[in-house]
Amino acid sequence: MKELVKALKESVRDLTPIALVVVFFQLIVLQQPFPELFRMLMGVLMVVLGLTLFVHGLRTGLFPIGEGMAYDFARKGSLIWLLLFAFMLGFGTTVAEPALIAVADEAATVAVEGGMIENSDESHASYAFGLRLTVAISVGFAILVGVFRIIKGWPVQYLIIGGYLGVVIMTAFAPEEIIGIAYDSGGVTTSTITVPLVTALGVGLASSISGRNPMIDGFGLIAFASLTPMIFVMGYGMLL
Amino acid sequence: MTDIINTLVATVRDVLPIAVILFGFQFLVLRRRIPHLKRVLSGFGFVLVGLAFFLLGLEEALFPIGKLMAQQLTDPAFLGIDVAAISDEVAKHWYAYYWVYIFAFMIGFATTVAEPSLIAVAIKASEVSGGAIQPWGLRIAVAIGVAVGISLGAFRIVTGTPLHFYIIAGYIVVIIQTIFAPRSIIALAYDSGGVTTSTVTVPLVAALGLGLSATVPGRNPLLDGFGLIAFASLFPIITVMGYAQLGEWQARRKRKIPEDA
Repeated sequence: MKELVKALKESVRDLTPIALVVVFFQLIVLQQPFPELFRMLMGVLMVVLGLTLFVHGLRTGLFPIGEGMAYDFARKGSLIWLLLFAFMLGFGTTVAEPALIAVADEAATVAVEGGMIENSDESHASYAFGLRLTVAISVGFAILVGVFRIIKGWPVQYLIIGGYLGVVIMTAFAPEEIIGIAYDSGGVTTSTITVPLVTALGVGLASSISGRNPMIDGFGLIAFASLTPMIFVMGYGMLL
Repeated sequence: MTDIINTLVATVRDVLPIAVILFGFQFLVLRRRIPHLKRVLSGFGFVLVGLAFFLLGLEEALFPIGKLMAQQLTDPAFLGIDVAAISDEVAKHWYAYYWVYIFAFMIGFATTVAEPSLIAVAIKASEVSGGAIQPWGLRIAVAIGVAVGISLGAFRIVTGTPLHFYIIAGYIVVIIQTIFAPRSIIALAYDSGGVTTSTVTVPLVAALGLGLSATVPGRNPLLDGFGLIAFASLFPIITVMGYAQLGEWQARRKRKIPEDA
């Protein structure tokens, strides 16, 4: 109970800046009254309550299970199963991600407009679905490689800088219409539930393998998972 | 009430594949009992209900007004811009859009502070570093990065300069900083780039990008509206490494002054 009260206070603190920005622009810059004030206040109340419960659930549910599984995998010592788990976690959490579905749909519209695919509902839908699969596979691949890196103890910057080079090279060859979407697709893939789980997995692995430092080796999975979609999406744009 | 149930169902649907993978591996491959199973399950319940409330509240309170604001602020009539007069060389009149940059900065900062994924990573980083990394300090550093990134992204849309020039220049800065930054911050800094853009930030930033590219003469929303999110995931890497470098530099300066024992 005491934990919840503390979490509630923190939620209020975290949400105050947004409230201030909205009030400032609405009343002082745009000089307009708030429409449906009561409904908005109810919404604010829900946001505060929701954030509080979420953070509490993180501490008691998502973090312990993510780390617990990392320890168990390390103890089991089966690399294949661990890598399969890493891929499935990345793929499974991304393919159904609502933000990705929205971006894929917009990307298909851009592709039609740019004359890259023919203008029919069918080709629109198949382009969007192909893009979603591409991004999901690239995230699965990224988590797999990232987990392998933790086990091997490679420095994280090699992967990231290698990824940057991949992005730069692909940018030179990809059709111009796809570049903006490709760059944005990296940002939308990491959802609110995936991030805590993947972070706990990385940190748990790094702390259960001797010779690994959770601070140096444990983080970095998310970063790589937001780089690979850019490369894969530009590749997708080039193939089609 | 039906809204709450709909959102809850949608959240469960999003979480279901994750739960299947987690518990599938736990029971079929690892074959170990989960310690404190009740507490973990109730934690999952808290996450689900919390996320559903959070999203629904955002839909009710923040997104409609935030999107409306993005539209109104990018409206040439509000900005006092005579579109016909400047349409030949918008880039030279970039400063006329100053309210847009201010809004981009402030909304980028404020939404990042409230981003649940970033809260999660900050909690973990503070646990792992034994408190050496303060969750609040890390989140402020990330929020400043997002704020700078989104205002620069808005500037790019107004001037119509190519997106990849900025991103590649940003990469070069990141690589140089990686050489000099303390080793323990590097992975965390990279991660904070990826987590900043999710539930709260993306819808508002996308509305800003689309609104801006629809009203600035010579821009096409389909081509120029994208790219703000890429800015928002790049700049936090620079500010977080900068934050660690600043801390290290201060510590080194203190050490140089001989202490009186």
